[in-house]
Amino acid sequence: MENSTVDLSAIERVEAARTAHLTAGAKPAKVLARDVNVYYGDKHALKAVNVEIPDRGVMAFIGPSGCGKSTFLRCINRMNDTIASCRVTGKITIDDQDIYDRSLDVVQLRARVGMVFQKPNPFPKSIYENVAYGPRIHGLTANKAEMDDVVQSSLEKAALWNEVKDRLQDSGTGLSGGQQQRLCIARAIAVNPDIILMDEPCSALDPIATAKVETLIDELRSNFCIIIVTHSMQQAARVSQRTAFFHLGTLVEEDSTKTIFSNPKDQRTQDYITGRFG
Amino acid sequence: MTDATSTLPTQLPPARRRAIPPDVAAARVRRRYASERTFKALGIGALALTALFLVMLLTSIIVKSLPAFSEHRAVMSVLVDAAVVDPDGKRNADTLRSADYASLTRAAITTVIPGIEGRSARKALTGLLSSGAADDLRALVIADPSIIGTTIKTPMLFSDDVDLYLKGDTGRYTTAAGVAELTPSDVKGDITLTAADQSFAALIAELEREGISADAEAGAHVLDGRIPSRVVYVNGGAVKVVKATANTLTGPVLLPLSSVSPAKTGSWNLTTYAQPESRRRISDQEIVFIDKIKSAGAIERGFNWRFFTSGDSREPELAGIRGALIGTALTLFVTLILCLPIGVLAAIYLEEFAPKNWLTDIIEVNINNLAAVPSIVFGLLGLAVFLNYFNLPRSAPLVGGLVLALLVLPTIIISARAAIKAVPPSIREAAIGLGASQQQAVFHHVLPLAMPGIMTGTIIGMAHALGETAPLLMIGMVAFIVDVPTNISDAATVLPVQIYLWSDLPEAAFQQRTAAAIVVLLGFLFAMNGAAIWLRNKFERRW
Amino acid sequence: MTVVYFTALALLTLSAYVLASRRSVALSSTGVRLHSLPAYHGLLAISLVIVPMLLIWAVGTPLVSQFAASNALTNFPAETRNDALQAGSALREIKNLAAGQRSGDVSDTLRAAADTYSAWRTTGDYLLLSIGLAAALLGIAASLRLVSGPFRARNHFESVVRVILLACAGVAVLTTIGIVASVLTETIRFFFDPNIKGRPGVFDFLFGTEWNPQQAMRADQGDIKSAYGFVPLLTGTLLITAIAMCVAGPLGLLSAIYLAEYASPRMRRYAKPVLEILAGVPTVVLGFFAALTVAPYIRGWGEALGLDVASESALAAGLVMGMMIIPFISSLSDDVMNAVPQSLRDGAYALGATKSEAIKQVVLPAALPGIVSAFMLAMSRAIGETMIVVMAAGLAANLTLNPLDAVTTITVQIKTILVGDQEFDSAKTLAAFALGFVLFFITLILNIIALRIVRKYREQYD
Repeated sequence: MENSTVDLSAIERVEAARTAHLTAGAKPAKVLARDVNVYYGDKHALKAVNVEIPDRGVMAFIGPSGCGKSTFLRCINRMNDTIASCRVTGKITIDDQDIYDRSLDVVQLRARVGMVFQKPNPFPKSIYENVAYGPRIHGLTANKAEMDDVVQSSLEKAALWNEVKDRLQDSGTGLSGGQQQRLCIARAIAVNPDIILMDEPCSALDPIATAKVETLIDELRSNFCIIIVTHSMQQAARVSQRTAFFHLGTLVEEDSTKTIFSNPKDQRTQDYITGRFG
Repeated sequence: MTDATSTLPTQLPPARRRAIPPDVAAARVRRRYASERTFKALGIGALALTALFLVMLLTSIIVKSLPAFSEHRAVMSVLVDAAVVDPDGKRNADTLRSADYASLTRAAITTVIPGIEGRSARKALTGLLSSGAADDLRALVIADPSIIGTTIKTPMLFSDDVDLYLKGDTGRYTTAAGVAELTPSDVKGDITLTAADQSFAALIAELEREGISADAEAGAHVLDGRIPSRVVYVNGGAVKVVKATANTLTGPVLLPLSSVSPAKTGSWNLTTYAQPESRRRISDQEIVFIDKIKSAGAIERGFNWRFFTSGDSREPELAGIRGALIGTALTLFVTLILCLPIGVLAAIYLEEFAPKNWLTDIIEVNINNLAAVPSIVFGLLGLAVFLNYFNLPRSAPLVGGLVLALLVLPTIIISARAAIKAVPPSIREAAIGLGASQQQAVFHHVLPLAMPGIMTGTIIGMAHALGETAPLLMIGMVAFIVDVPTNISDAATVLPVQIYLWSDLPEAAFQQRTAAAIVVLLGFLFAMNGAAIWLRNKFERRW
Repeated sequence: MTVVYFTALALLTLSAYVLASRRSVALSSTGVRLHSLPAYHGLLAISLVIVPMLLIWAVGTPLVSQFAASNALTNFPAETRNDALQAGSALREIKNLAAGQRSGDVSDTLRAAADTYSAWRTTGDYLLLSIGLAAALLGIAASLRLVSGPFRARNHFESVVRVILLACAGVAVLTTIGIVASVLTETIRFFFDPNIKGRPGVFDFLFGTEWNPQQAMRADQGDIKSAYGFVPLLTGTLLITAIAMCVAGPLGLLSAIYLAEYASPRMRRYAKPVLEILAGVPTVVLGFFAALTVAPYIRGWGEALGLDVASESALAAGLVMGMMIIPFISSLSDDVMNAVPQSLRDGAYALGATKSEAIKQVVLPAALPGIVSAFMLAMSRAIGETMIVVMAAGLAANLTLNPLDAVTTITVQIKTILVGDQEFDSAKTLAAFALGFVLFFITLILNIIALRIVRKYREQYD
């Protein structure tokens, strides 16, 4: 994309660092943000955010609308690159690798950091092709049988397999809203990312579909590092282990979900979760 | 939260996935980025190629058009002979108008190069002038009869072939100074030029190379119109070489020599005109005359005003676009007064008043489809309905305007609707809230606010009409019309049709005039589009 | 006469307004409260004058002309009257003579006919004028009677305006009806009118492989049916269209992709006008370019390669026609791609797709229906384009698919047949209308399908 010259050794370094961490059995921070500022043109959207997100488990970002939680989420896979006026300063690392490093390839980054959007956005293609798209562009499978396998297991992990296995060639846009969102999750899983970002994944869904997606998130947390932005405190309480509260572009407080909801340190957090504003 | 879990296998089977070696992955990424670059380059290439097309189109036309904007004239003294112009001395306008001015211009040019004998040579000399030269003289005399009987100095228009020659279309030539003393046998008629033996060996060798071998019968090399022609300039005259031997050149005198005295080495020359006579529209005789007039300093080059002030003509040097411009103006006038009100009113109806029913649907579908009907079909409509059913006059701007109005109506309706739609409902509501009727709200408030947008659309529509040709061919606007039309039922032609008509003519001068007319047309189009953009930027309002 | 009629119309209109508005002003000065402003009383009066007078003129003039013509023709023998061709030319002569545009010797029959024609015309015109004047005066009288306090002149006037608005919108429908009626009736006559000599059968027309209307004009004898075979025109048209699409399809689409997805706003600001200028170049200019610049070049290259290239090759016309439709395809495709929601692009990027992968595998497939319809509209434009092919393509109806040969097209043949003097009822002239009908039909179908696809596509993303 923007940086067309890619230092491939950087990718290898990331891989090596990751392997080293896993073999050492340490439980390091998966994502580390240091003094992250985001500007949209003149607007200072995110101010000096510092946070550590552990591997495996669900981290929830909560806060009132416009507080910067989605903006921060989109920094983690550099989706903000697609907005011309957006400028990011500070440092975000994944497995100790600076993702804003000039030598880092954003395409490779996004293969490791999956994303699920607010509104389900299946491609106007068949269900099968939707899931197969990621593995195909990254060359993750060698033949049709492997691809079938990946598609099936991804759909199974997304708890959608039983509902669609007889109509894999139907259009993805023909599914119900909840199914579409789970298809998008399956699509993200198929690339086998380490991290899955979810930007209010249930805000466009009805309660039953929401319940299914939440169950799914719960299932997935043992395999992935999941970061979810939500405007619903109940949802954060239900699905996450850790929660971060954003307000007016700053990260106010980050702690275990239990602590945040039962015993917040900051008055603003207290006010928000008790419904004084937001 | 619970029902979905039950359908899930508790332990997910791991998907088979290839472990990709880092070098393979790296190669793959490199390939993907290469294809990314290729794709982007393709996009830029396509844009660049399109731009190149446009540049080629514009430059080829502008380069072609440039010669047409100037003309060559011979500045000569003309005796306005009273015996020819006004024999009875009454200064009667009809007499002045019908006099034989061509004989005066002919006489004038023969005084520039005296001593020309022989019919064909005289004809060649007088034929250098355009027939327009006599018309210009007539205009001068009628404007000021007091010049009758005097000698005046006035520029006279050359014919198109002379004009092209002077603009350098034909005349590439090389001159070799004489290498020996040359003796002419006579000053006029067919003469022989004699020099020392082998003086012309170089010429003979050149002729051999051009495929001319010695003719046994004539005992010489015979030159013809298929090879570059040779002219010897000697003793103030010119001789065309028809036969050549190693020491003699024979041929007709094109320009009389002053004497038969031997010309010294270097005082005469042999000129070779690269383009063979048979491949140009101008003869050696004419070239010699033109060069003579030129060396007398009697040729001027000026801006071709005539191109803008006269109507069509069979003579390229006299042809102009005034008739076409006036025809265009009349036609577009008819188009504008028809399609602007109808288009705007139709747009108001569809945007503001039309109920949602089948009739409205039909009208809308109709407008969208009409916008894409080939223009020539509108021509058929004009032919069948306006000419053959309503018996309106053929070739008239009235009918042309009607047809073009129908043609651009969809464009204007669509843009007017967009402009009206862009006016926010709050304006209507404010007016209606004050007790205005819906029509008052629309005509007093919405329409004035939408007007800049409507004008922009109208100008673009009119620009479209200005460039349209095909439907006008159908209704007979292709006639050869010399007179400038004065009203909407006169026979007329329009600029694009004039371009079409001229482009079909074989004369090179007409090709240049076609290109020049295109430059004028494009100038108008750019001006109109520029005006539309200016209007849009000036009045564009963001609600 | 027309001048007199419209002068009367103008004067009556003015007086109607003045009279009616004055009367209402006078009324209000006596203390009567008016529902509508005086101007509306005046405007209503105007519409009561203009509308009937225009209607009478529009309906009456052709009637008078027809009536005078049929009466004038009674001077001629029956066989002249019954033969459409002869009657037509006789009528033209009568009209010319009556208008004083004909000089020289005139037969007695013709002079008598012209006199009859003029007499009927004059009578008819006076009749029309008097009917019109009577209607206008009635209208003024009625509007004056209607002026009163409670009279809702504005409402009545507004309903008149509404009808006028509807009529203006209806002009589009009338145009279509006019096109269909004029083209279709002549086409039907071409195929089925027994008075037309040399007309082909429908089957011969649609499947005949030889097109030579000139021959059919001469030949009253021999096998002339083969002269109206439509197939070579269709293949010629499609050949040139195909060449044009080969040029404009990739170039237009790729530039649209670049402009919509890659170009910076600055780049767009410079590139867009290039396409707009190209779109604004009149086709007659492109035709000149094709015939005088491109065709000789292609011929030169062909000869250098040892190929036999016709001087009016399909390739030259097709290339330049391609230039013409590049901006068309690119602006339509640009719109279509801009309508693809950003969320789909985001979805692809989030999976690690490069920009070109996102475009090729997500944006283009999503925009495909719109792009297809853009191509169809462009094709319909190429098929209907006239000037480029008239100037750069040939007249000979060769049945070939070789782009270096000369071919002819539907539009070229329509133009060739109809430009210059023609008799309106010969098979040749009617053939042009049949071609026009086919052209209208083909482009209409393409447009309807394309517009339908676009509408469906819009609904999908709205």
